[in-house]
Amino acid sequence: MSSNQQKKQTNVSSVIEFKSSTFFAPILILFDNDIAAIELALQEKIQQAPEFFKNSPLIIDVSESNKLDCAINIADIANVLRKIGLFPVGIRGGNGQQNTQARALFIPIDTARTAGSKISDENTQKQSSVNKPSEPEKEIIEEPVVTPQSTPEPTTETTLITQPVRSGQRIYASGDLIIMSQVSAGAEIMAEGNIHVYNTLRGRALAGVQGKTDARIFCLDLQAELISIAGDYKIYEDLNKQISKKPVQIYLKDHALIIQEII
Amino acid sequence: MARIIVVTSGKGGVGKTTTSAAIAMGLAKKGHKTAIIDFDVGLRNLDLIMGCERRVVYDFINVINGEASISQALIRDKNCNLLYILPASQTRDKDALSKEGVGRVLEELSQEFKYIVCDSPAGIEKGANLALYYADDAFVVTNPEISSVRDSDRMLGLLSSKSRRAERNEEPIKEYLLLTRYDPSRVKSGEMLALDDVQEILSLQLLGIVPESKSVLTASNAGIPVILDEKSEAGQAYEDIVARYLGEERPHRFIDGKRGFLKMLFGGRS
Repeated sequence: MSSNQQKKQTNVSSVIEFKSSTFFAPILILFDNDIAAIELALQEKIQQAPEFFKNSPLIIDVSESNKLDCAINIADIANVLRKIGLFPVGIRGGNGQQNTQARALFIPIDTARTAGSKISDENTQKQSSVNKPSEPEKEIIEEPVVTPQSTPEPTTETTLITQPVRSGQRIYASGDLIIMSQVSAGAEIMAEGNIHVYNTLRGRALAGVQGKTDARIFCLDLQAELISIAGDYKIYEDLNKQISKKPVQIYLKDHALIIQEII
Repeated sequence: MARIIVVTSGKGGVGKTTTSAAIAMGLAKKGHKTAIIDFDVGLRNLDLIMGCERRVVYDFINVINGEASISQALIRDKNCNLLYILPASQTRDKDALSKEGVGRVLEELSQEFKYIVCDSPAGIEKGANLALYYADDAFVVTNPEISSVRDSDRMLGLLSSKSRRAERNEEPIKEYLLLTRYDPSRVKSGEMLALDDVQEILSLQLLGIVPESKSVLTASNAGIPVILDEKSEAGQAYEDIVARYLGEERPHRFIDGKRGFLKMLFGGRS
């Protein structure tokens, strides 16, 4: 948000600059290699929220389909994605052949973030301790969680905002995000961790944007245009009007957003 | 050092120029030397509202480009000798404005004036951005309808992130709400947003409510800032606003449309 203007220097080294930055991209997890079925499912999803997906970058996760022996051809899936207006910008969980295909298409390969079923078990346990207990024998390993074991823990720094977040403003937090003031309609707040809004939430709130499925959103007055956790989202129209304008917490359970009133 | 006030809204037609003219005149009437600048390059209007359109020789862009000095371009108001107008150019567009040029002009005016009122154009493009960039205070002019409120909210975002104060991490611009064209009878019938509805979304310090009033159009056409029409409700509302801005405490009026006792006796114009 803050832009420090740097005076232009005349020497040659000032024409480029490297900066480390974090981007937010949805992850498409494939469970099958049936291209036609995938295309149909994608089109259906996009129709629900065309603006949300318009020209969206996308990371393809093939680890699940590979586990089920349904190795998909990367060139085929990339073709389908581009045809419907999405931009594959990376793959993960691919086998040797798939990585070669990706490389040929200049699609970067994420090798560090392939494992994750263990962590998602932990998540399930954490969630079930708060929610109504789910059947213990049913293990949910659909959503690989992006916590690379090799690299150090991601930054869990908390961002605190005390000013109102106005229409058109965007806030991105690499950890948790706490907002003491209102979030106006047309504003967008995003966090890799949890989001707390101790006032009215009217804009868009996206928690767990890097795939942290146990991220939660808390707010005192829910009137949000859109809420999302780890890519699963709901728009205001779809919210149960019972919980609108009430203090709530929102979390993810079995790929469904649960909105619960906090008493 | 002058205090720079930007009158802004995002949306067009809500009463920015009317408000700019009224408060500049109000400040000058209170004995403060005040300059008012029209930032709406290409759609010059302020000179009409101030009734000085026939006295424009040089304009804001001429001063920015160094083709005229500030004293050559400033027009002294015919009603108040502490008020000066710097008109916009009608033959140019917003691209003729530059951050450095605007900064230079404001810097020079600051030496001589107590208040500088910047009448922002509508929109969030260059003209509006430069009008707010150097501001110390912002008067956010809003009509009681949803699109105006949304646009004001957007403007408030820009005020808190795109101004010089924000860039330098200084104390933020002081933001005030001016609710204009307010019609209590239409609020009552539910056709118009009430003050509370607007405040729920914007939560700003309310400087005043200006009721919808025929005298505004009459004053505009006559080229006399409406604040000089002391009998009109709009004129009184702007008088209150200036007084509150200068630190005076006055109760808010014109919220519920009840006519005061004196009004009923003397039948003040609506």
